[in-house]
Amino acid sequence: MTEYLQILGNEVYKILFLLVPILVSVAMIVWLDRRVWGLVQKRKGPNVVGPFGLLQTLADALKYIFKEIIIPASANKVVFILAPIVTMTLALVAWAVIPMSEELVLSDINVGILYLFAVSSLGVYGIIMGGWASNSKYPFLGAIRSAAQMVSYEVSIGIIIINVLLCVGSLNLKDIVLAQKELWYVIPLFPMFVIFFISALAETNRPPFDLPEAEAELVAGYQTEYSGMMYAMFWLGEYANILLMCAMGSILFLGGWLPIIDIYPINLVPAPIWMILKILFLFFLFALIKAIVPRYRYDQLMRLGWKIFLPFSLVYLVLTASFLFYFDKLPKGNF
Amino acid sequence: MLAHSVFFYFFSVIAIFSSLMVITSRNTVNSVFFLILDFISVGCLFIMVGAEFLGMIILIVYVGAVAVLFLFVVMMLNVAEQKQSWFIGKKSTHIPIGLIVSVLILLELLVVVGGWRYKDDLMSSSTLNLSDISNTHQLGLVMYTDYILYFQLAGIILLLSMIGAILLTFRQRKGVKKQSYINQISRNPSSSIELKDVESNKGVKIDD
Repeated sequence: MTEYLQILGNEVYKILFLLVPILVSVAMIVWLDRRVWGLVQKRKGPNVVGPFGLLQTLADALKYIFKEIIIPASANKVVFILAPIVTMTLALVAWAVIPMSEELVLSDINVGILYLFAVSSLGVYGIIMGGWASNSKYPFLGAIRSAAQMVSYEVSIGIIIINVLLCVGSLNLKDIVLAQKELWYVIPLFPMFVIFFISALAETNRPPFDLPEAEAELVAGYQTEYSGMMYAMFWLGEYANILLMCAMGSILFLGGWLPIIDIYPINLVPAPIWMILKILFLFFLFALIKAIVPRYRYDQLMRLGWKIFLPFSLVYLVLTASFLFYFDKLPKGNF
Repeated sequence: MLAHSVFFYFFSVIAIFSSLMVITSRNTVNSVFFLILDFISVGCLFIMVGAEFLGMIILIVYVGAVAVLFLFVVMMLNVAEQKQSWFIGKKSTHIPIGLIVSVLILLELLVVVGGWRYKDDLMSSSTLNLSDISNTHQLGLVMYTDYILYFQLAGIILLLSMIGAILLTFRQRKGVKKQSYINQISRNPSSSIELKDVESNKGVKIDD
């Protein structure tokens, strides 16, 4: 029995060491997002609380904690409370498989990329549950919109992942990174990288695809009835999801923890630093896009997903497969 | 293997409980939520017996896509509090059909499991070598070799049913404004802006 308890304690310890940095970095990333947004618009952004305003998010979180949580009288209470918890949990469990270096990963499973894909596709439930349980018009419309949007863009993300997997020959995230030792996949699969990036924007409900919470039409979408800490949990879950998508992009296309070039002074930088830099780079692009691109109309969004991205990534998949087959570059695998 | 059996019973109890709740819950949306819970726990059970690919595919396909559409439809139809007649005691026409279907499924399960028990080489394959390669690799080896015909047939059946569903619900609506993206992008000031001198007190006629 003590043996099991020891294993359990060890796991809890490892999980805490993963969770706490993620939560802190989510807080920091919100600050970065608002700073970039401000600078693009020639404002200063949050710069008052702490050095450079770094503690702004903590101050906000403190405010949310002390606000009252209001549950609407006609809401389905259980589902209403469950929705932000689901969003937050799903955004955090996915980090279990993200490798920060060759050794630094919580669980190194064979089907890592499928696990990531599954968890990110489950993220839609938090939004649907929140929207439905609120029992009000705007949250419901927002939830329906986001369900359709996320299901649509998952399809093209799936096909992009297949593109990468064809070149790797394994579903393990470590193998995917190690297969990019010679050449990052962003170079041969550049169009797929662009489509992945745009689909990731749609999958995480970021501008220009933030139609589930389009404030001009739907007040705040599925979050309209939420207040206090429950709203903050939606918010944190959303940003954790965005970070996750950036991590996924850097693993699939930007070579994960690998340095830019493998020569002497540069490869001294520890692997997790490279991974963090790549995630930050992708997040910086996310933040820039939020500031400079106007919002899409809903039918335009659907058209982009189904009529442009899906056929294009399918054709590229056939091209990749034919190229690999013709030049005999298909991964042979180690079995 | 204590931890293993603890987790196994944990997920099985959740799976059985939630599948019971699917058919007894009065609120249809709750039914769908329990169905999702059922899918998730069945996926976890698959992962526990080592079929990790199958488990993940259940999570992606059933939970991530099919159940979302179920939920979508149930919420849109707004049949929140449906009164099931067999709760109240009225006679229902669904029970005999349901019984026939469930007996058929039970028989099929018996045939499948029984066949596997009695004939060892039923599941054997010419290309599959049962060494210690992961089951994702094994699936990949047989999917497009031994079972290519069945795989493609299943795909074609799915495609046909999709086309059929679209055809059944398709209707041409009149008076819908549509946007031609090519025209929209190729517009320029010279083709879409016209400057007119407006005489005082006369106005100008704009033709649509």
